[in-house]
Amino acid sequence: MGNIRKFDTKVQHLKYKVLREVARLAWNDTLLENVTEIPKIIAPGKTPTMRCCVYKERAILGERVRLAMSRKKTAKNIIEVIDIACDECPVGGYEVSDSCRGCIAHRCEDVCKRGAITFDHQMKAHIDKSKCVECGLCAKVCPYSAIRNHKRPCENACKIKAISMSETKAAQIDESKCISCGACVYQCPFGAITDRSFILDTIDLIKNSDNNKNYRVYAVVAPSISSQFQYARLGQVITGIKALGFHTVVEAALGADIVAFKEARELAEKGFLTSSCCPAFVEYIKKQFPTMKEHVSHNLSPMAAIAQYIKGTDPNSRVVFIGPCTAKKAEQMWDTVAPFIDSVITFEELQALFDSKDVDITTLTDGVLDNASYYGRIFARCGGLSDAVVESLKEQNIDFQVKAISCDGIEACRVALLKASKKIGDENFIEGMACVGGCIGGAGCLTHGEKNKAEVDKYGREAYEKTITDAIGILNLD
Amino acid sequence: MKITICIGSSCHVKGSRQVLEKLQALIAENNIGDKIELSGTFCVGQCQKGVCVLIDEEVYSVSPETVEEFFNNSVLPNLK
Repeated sequence: MGNIRKFDTKVQHLKYKVLREVARLAWNDTLLENVTEIPKIIAPGKTPTMRCCVYKERAILGERVRLAMSRKKTAKNIIEVIDIACDECPVGGYEVSDSCRGCIAHRCEDVCKRGAITFDHQMKAHIDKSKCVECGLCAKVCPYSAIRNHKRPCENACKIKAISMSETKAAQIDESKCISCGACVYQCPFGAITDRSFILDTIDLIKNSDNNKNYRVYAVVAPSISSQFQYARLGQVITGIKALGFHTVVEAALGADIVAFKEARELAEKGFLTSSCCPAFVEYIKKQFPTMKEHVSHNLSPMAAIAQYIKGTDPNSRVVFIGPCTAKKAEQMWDTVAPFIDSVITFEELQALFDSKDVDITTLTDGVLDNASYYGRIFARCGGLSDAVVESLKEQNIDFQVKAISCDGIEACRVALLKASKKIGDENFIEGMACVGGCIGGAGCLTHGEKNKAEVDKYGREAYEKTITDAIGILNLD
Repeated sequence: MKITICIGSSCHVKGSRQVLEKLQALIAENNIGDKIELSGTFCVGQCQKGVCVLIDEEVYSVSPETVEEFFNNSVLPNLK
């Protein structure tokens, strides 16, 4: 009912419905006996709405239910292809369309170094697939844009080339390359690639706390939340999170303030640094640029930094991170992070949890969320981290000239890392954001829009604390 | 004596940091740093009383304006 406006696509909505039903049963302790009913609840009747028949729809839904019920303890990968859901999209590569006018210039032929372009009796171009190496030059020079690249949306989304076609023609993910960024999850039009969900771990944490009596469950929310849940006010979202049973809500942006403070010092000391906030970027360096590993900042991510602080103040606490990010689900398992983070869910999953408990946040009063500074909050968008490091150097009176490059998306990260690994350029700080736009472009966001960056900046300006020093001043309680 | 200041959102916007800074100054002025353990907490569940300050388990409602009074009436006399 009206849920569709909460998401960008119907694929997200479908995923959400599965999560919601799984959660609903889990809260009531009736999941195990009713789990097989979920596909029928979502695809009732005999008329298919998504696939060839309801039986296939339900079989796929069964797989979605399985992934929605993942557990941190046993999960190895985060992003997974649902083989039977993959429509095995054609992968023609570069093809000449009807727009080819059969001109006489033949720029396509001239530019092709492989001699793959031939012409039929109507003078229309054809590409000899046995010779074509998919370089794309012909497409670039055609004045009619008649040559197009027919690539699978998943492969197109995966800029680090971790997705290929298996022998059965279904998409397959190369785990040695995947950085769990979730770009393919958001782009697959059939919802055939999805991120594992740890909502059951989260629900267990809340339930077993017995209303926060056995231990306290803290929600740490990412600052990109300011661009989400746009049908309600942020204060209502905060009250909603508490209504789910969390003890309280803390801004991950305060962790970002801590990171900015420490990163400024580390940068001045070492002279060259790559950021460590984005787990997909860090994973990318580990997997593709091992020689650059030593330059990754030793700071924890903002999520882990604030969780570490919380666990320091309250040893009897559990921390759940709520954010836009599928790669954070992988980060929670890193040895350096695991002691601080107990579970990770996305904004998509938070929406499902709200509705599984029939919490309509639009009816709630406004809660308060205000721990961080402007600078901590703008970590949510590309460029914010660099701005914060520059600011913190200034606040700490450290004389160091930052030459930052803010990499907007994993392709930009690749270029910057390639240059830096060959010592080309004079940048001394690489801010890496795997998602285009930064965290607001994350795959776990409910919606992605032009105004998101402005929303984050506005949220930043509303912060009670205006400087990083003041925001973290409250933490120096020794 | 253990003093815990709530630094959760609600108390924070009512001046947790200012309360902390003034308390730290008063502690230093009175030279009792070795007798007091200061720490923070995110939310003690009594937001309406903010800024919440706990002496051991007892919750006091303090504001940046009343820190000194709180210090003189509730901290100093109870020091062992």
